[in-house]
Amino acid sequence: MPLTYALLVLASPTSGHSSLTAARFARALLARGHRLQRVFFLDNGTLTGLATAVTPQDEQSPLQQWAQLAEEHQTELILCVSSALKRGLLDSTEATRHERPAATVHPAFELGGLGLLVEAAQTADRLVTFG
Amino acid sequence: MSPVAEHSRKSILVVSRHAHPGSSLPRSALDTALAAAAFDQPVTLLFQGEGVLQLLPAQDSRAAGVRNLRKVIDSLPLYDIEAVYVDSAAASAFGIAPDTLPASARWLDAAGIRELMASHDHVLGF
Repeated sequence: MPLTYALLVLASPTSGHSSLTAARFARALLARGHRLQRVFFLDNGTLTGLATAVTPQDEQSPLQQWAQLAEEHQTELILCVSSALKRGLLDSTEATRHERPAATVHPAFELGGLGLLVEAAQTADRLVTFG
Repeated sequence: MSPVAEHSRKSILVVSRHAHPGSSLPRSALDTALAAAAFDQPVTLLFQGEGVLQLLPAQDSRAAGVRNLRKVIDSLPLYDIEAVYVDSAAASAFGIAPDTLPASARWLDAAGIRELMASHDHVLGF
């Protein structure tokens, strides 16, 4: 029976491989016919959406993995807005509001409140945390 | 705004395993629990491992320039979070006495923790 999944990513994209594991898990569940409702990035996980990150050529880029997933499957990628702002992750609206020189969030990601995580917990059959 | 449909109420267990202020995760765990409560969703908190250090009494974090999380934890009942549990083995190991715990917190042994985890729809580990 196909299940509805949601993922919570707490892991930083630059520490360990948890963010890449989460992206592979997302691909694997979609390949098996399950539904991925939303990926919610919280705490250091929000750094995943940093558009200006440069990954060394011989390493896999978590940003690229997630952006490809979003493009191929229209996966909703949400960065917790309070975690994101603290870490300098701003979309153009927030950059203007806080008078910062540039937007830094990759277009595959959106900023959103913790209510979206709570909503995902209510509607998903499985909510899997990657810490 | 309520993004949560009335008919679906799944229980959430937030497990906090890191000490504050060495990690930002304890704050994110509390924020998540508070958000769930704000949307009237059943939420339970469990402090496990080094996470029990968040419960140390008489914390003064002003000199460190960070928020005193024990104050936030003490105020959880005001936000309708009544279910707060503490891993008794971890608390004993870190020398935290039961009579210094927040009024709402309950002591739980390994068997109790297993039951707690099994009885929730979602377990979020911070």
